[in-house]
Amino acid sequence: MSEATKKPAAPASGRASTKKELAEHFKAYKHVWVFVEQERGQVHPVSWELMGAGRRLADKLKVDLAAVVIGPEGDATQRAAAESFCYGADIAYVVADDLLTDYRNESYTKALTDVVNTFKPEILLLGATTLGRDLAGSVATTLLTGLTADCTDLDVDADGSLAATRPTFGGSLLCTIYTLNFRPQMATVRPRVMSMPVRVARPVGRVVTHPLGLVEDDIVTKILSFLPDRDSTKSNLAYADVVVAGGLGLGSPENFQLVRQLASVLGAEFGCSRPLVQKGWASSDRQIGQTGKTIRPRLYIAAGISGAIQHRVGVEGADLIVAINTDKNAPIFEFAHIGIITDAIRLLPALTEAFRARLSPHSRDRIAS
Amino acid sequence: MHIVVCIKQVPDSAQIRVHPVTNTIMRQGVPTIINPYDLFAIEAALALRDKQGGEVTILTMGPPSAEDSLRKALTYGADRAVLLTDRFFAGADTLATSYALAAAIRKIGETYGTPDIVFTGKQTIDGDTAQVGPGIAKRIGLLQLTYVAKIGDINLSAKTIEVERRSEGGVQVLRTKMPCLITMLEASNEIRRGDMASALRAARAEIVRWSAQDAGVEDISKCGLRGSPTIVKRVFAPTARAEKATMIDVAGGSPADALISAILKRQTNLEADLVALARGF
Repeated sequence: MSEATKKPAAPASGRASTKKELAEHFKAYKHVWVFVEQERGQVHPVSWELMGAGRRLADKLKVDLAAVVIGPEGDATQRAAAESFCYGADIAYVVADDLLTDYRNESYTKALTDVVNTFKPEILLLGATTLGRDLAGSVATTLLTGLTADCTDLDVDADGSLAATRPTFGGSLLCTIYTLNFRPQMATVRPRVMSMPVRVARPVGRVVTHPLGLVEDDIVTKILSFLPDRDSTKSNLAYADVVVAGGLGLGSPENFQLVRQLASVLGAEFGCSRPLVQKGWASSDRQIGQTGKTIRPRLYIAAGISGAIQHRVGVEGADLIVAINTDKNAPIFEFAHIGIITDAIRLLPALTEAFRARLSPHSRDRIAS
Repeated sequence: MHIVVCIKQVPDSAQIRVHPVTNTIMRQGVPTIINPYDLFAIEAALALRDKQGGEVTILTMGPPSAEDSLRKALTYGADRAVLLTDRFFAGADTLATSYALAAAIRKIGETYGTPDIVFTGKQTIDGDTAQVGPGIAKRIGLLQLTYVAKIGDINLSAKTIEVERRSEGGVQVLRTKMPCLITMLEASNEIRRGDMASALRAARAEIVRWSAQDAGVEDISKCGLRGSPTIVKRVFAPTARAEKATMIDVAGGSPADALISAILKRQTNLEADLVALARGF
């Protein structure tokens, strides 16, 4: 039921065409689009991250970059459209209707599908959030086009096709996937996988509005209430400047404390690799990697984590990766900047104490390094 | 009520190894399991059936060996299991998979009664796409509720259902109509231990096996690799970073101090920020 079931080898049913033979009616599909996701007036940062990636694709293809903003009538939606120009959009397609105040699959699928069918983009990118994944699957199935989920890299080929790379086989290898003969080519990307582009105040850009064409009675699903998360209950892993994480090398659930203690001294967020969640040593909102959070901190310290691809793709955006592992052949040393071959259980307490001494306001040797 | 649960048999990813020299997957002997996220879907279906009455049908698409997962699902207490297996399904991407499963669900409806709810897990652990559930919903025209953490009131005569659905910034409480498709969030429940009677029944139960034709698939060209708009062109292992990691010598005096010096040398303006962070600014 997934991309991973697809094997590169030819099956009995005959090989699909791997050559680009675009049907005549698809040749009108031009330009790169990014769906701008907002919830309760807040644009999700992943939309601006995608705008940066979309800009690079559009420049390579020499086409326009467009934002698709779907939301209620009023300021928030207009502001999101204006803001999209500051992150590189040339055009903003806006569907504004009070029926779109809350995300509902039916109304948003209708809105996005209609805009795509009317204005025909060649590439459509969405954030792989709960909203983006809910919407992307419905839209791709309605349009009967290809969708590559949770990409870690996007590029265009010599013939102008989108080359979407993502982990496969449970995160142990990477694969590059194409939608050669259908349009639009759709892809989702998880938050923090792409870097945030610099915001440039640039109030130019064309706004194109499109009607929703629904009345409330057309929408079966009703919102009874919305219970916002309290900030204190959420981990801020994805946006933390410093992250300390532990893996199976910690040996026992009690030793996970050592990770939390170092994180606490550094004012950092703590995280873990996937096996720790599966073993119940840590909760799933602390998981870092392809199926957990993607992080882009300035400093990432990985203690007792071997560094499987599924973890690697979640941390590669870090400025500085420090790996602590007893196994000198652990794959994490292939992408860490600084490595130390030692037992994390012994090093972590020493590291915590050394950092505590160094960072204390009374430390005298801090400046002299 | 009649509930269909779509599950997938997946390799136990914790046990997959990559060959250190050739970088190819070593699949031999990797045990298969029910996709762990699907267990939450199975439990949600069984709990609903226990409360409301009715039947639970488990459906999977896969090779003949996927029968193992169906039998396992029967031990939890599901009423029947359908295996959709045909060489035409091989190599399907999410769009082609949802086409085949939608056909089978329609056939299940004709044969055993129209389902009120179709459940899936939120995603699989091998594909991680979370797209097949929405694909099935769109193909059949079911209302779609993804990332459901809790199932609330169900009114069988009015055909309404209330759920709590996870969104990025909170929880949406929704009311919609059945038939609908629900993808269950992890940790939304805990799979039961099957009882002895279910285990005995599962061992003897006949798994319903359907080919593409049996399932009433209308257009074979929409199945499998041929029906997949996405094409995998390249599978590869990631390359090591060009620049080798700086290794800290542990033989020296204090490896912790050496490590900190190395970190601050690479990130010269980090220290002042760390001091601020550590103080909680």
